[in-house]
Amino acid sequence: MSDLPITAVPPVARPRDEAAMSRPLLPLRVSGLRLAADGAALLDGVELSLAPGGCTVIMGPNGAGKSLLLKMLHGLLVPSGGEVSWNGTSAAQATARQALVFQKPVLLRRSVAANLDFVLKARGRDRSRRDALLREVGLLHKARQPARLLSGGEAQRLALARALATDPEVLFLDEPTASLDPASVLVIERIVGAARDRGTRIIFVTHDVGQARRMADEVVFLHRGRVAEHSHADVFFPEPRSQPARDYLAGRIVL
Amino acid sequence: MQSIGEAFHLALSLVLSGEADLYEIVGLSLRVSLSATVLACAIGLPIGALIAVSRFRGRGLVLIVMNALMGLPPVVVGLLVYLHLSRSGPLGFLGLLYTPGAMVFAQTILIVPIVAALSRQVLEDLHAEYAEQFRSLCLSRWQSITTLLWDGRYALLTVGLAGFGRAVAEVGAVIIVGGNIDHLTRVMTTAIALETSKGDLPLALALGIILLVLALGVNAGVQALRMTAARQAHV
Repeated sequence: MSDLPITAVPPVARPRDEAAMSRPLLPLRVSGLRLAADGAALLDGVELSLAPGGCTVIMGPNGAGKSLLLKMLHGLLVPSGGEVSWNGTSAAQATARQALVFQKPVLLRRSVAANLDFVLKARGRDRSRRDALLREVGLLHKARQPARLLSGGEAQRLALARALATDPEVLFLDEPTASLDPASVLVIERIVGAARDRGTRIIFVTHDVGQARRMADEVVFLHRGRVAEHSHADVFFPEPRSQPARDYLAGRIVL
Repeated sequence: MQSIGEAFHLALSLVLSGEADLYEIVGLSLRVSLSATVLACAIGLPIGALIAVSRFRGRGLVLIVMNALMGLPPVVVGLLVYLHLSRSGPLGFLGLLYTPGAMVFAQTILIVPIVAALSRQVLEDLHAEYAEQFRSLCLSRWQSITTLLWDGRYALLTVGLAGFGRAVAEVGAVIIVGGNIDHLTRVMTTAIALETSKGDLPLALALGIILLVLALGVNAGVQALRMTAARQAHV
């Protein structure tokens, strides 16, 4: 989506609001969030509240605005209107306390270990944690290998380790298992589940209904740039309230 | 005047004889052009990287100027450097005119735009791939630039090579500011020009052969390095 003519937040040091930095990031309040490009509304008045803890899965058909919403919550895109408030902290100021795992992992042209070293150093974290992180994602034996020679599943595990290395309060995942085999999917889900159990707030975009059932504590269903439904997972899957969500779960094409 | 065949035969004998004067010229050429390349990379790579990661009003104009400067005429650069380094010029106190230092100075000016413009393109492509990840990690502009320069290091070798190629093959600027003084500022290109005008084709050809072999050797070395890097997926 990076080729859209929408404004990205420039890479400049952001002023630190010490009081805001000491507050927890959750709850999240999103009100009237809009994003438009070339006159078309990509997100159109998104209203959303998220409480601390757990895993929120964002679902919806292609083009619903899931990835854009994720990037706006993470402060990577500037909204055309509306507000994102992480417990009083703006999205741009919250970015440093969050991490995002992209659908296609962007790995540096270095070894597996150097990819982690880079993030630990850039974010001022203890570099001795590297091996423990690699062990957690099952890549310690590949520490010296060039990162870009890893398989798809391994590359995504490294991206996940890199995200976890920043000790994020919120971990965003944008379809991280979209092109992975079932075994790799389960490994990723296990690592994300462990992070959630440690208190990291998970916000997970997926098209995979089975994965959503396994991961979700609650589901946000997006349709045409709006929140069509926001329900607890125990309610959403057996009895979706909105017609687009019912069609989606039934495998019907959602326009 | 010998035939081309005779001249070529004599040139090869000269190359193989290990003639001191010949290798003195080759050595000076390499010292001057490599020094200029290193200096130009030290100046041009950060400029290219800064422009690659920056968006500002007038950026398009800067790119046009930078690309246009790649075609700087060497004799014009030589003349401008001469005017600055001559006794009455603003840099005359350095006493560099007709020294290898002046030649390095002129060649550096010639190839900085090449290094800056080509590295900007290489690093902008790399930045397009990394930009969102960098923003997610809240990297500063300085951290972004140093990361791009390090991750693009093998691709940037080709940029350095282009600069070196321009420097080592250039004659117009170095002959003006160096003066082609025997045992002091005579390099391969100025010697070839001089010996050809004197009709000493074997020496000119011998230098030409060495220049070509050097160009091929440096290119082959860089290509080998890039292939090794590519096998390790670092390109």
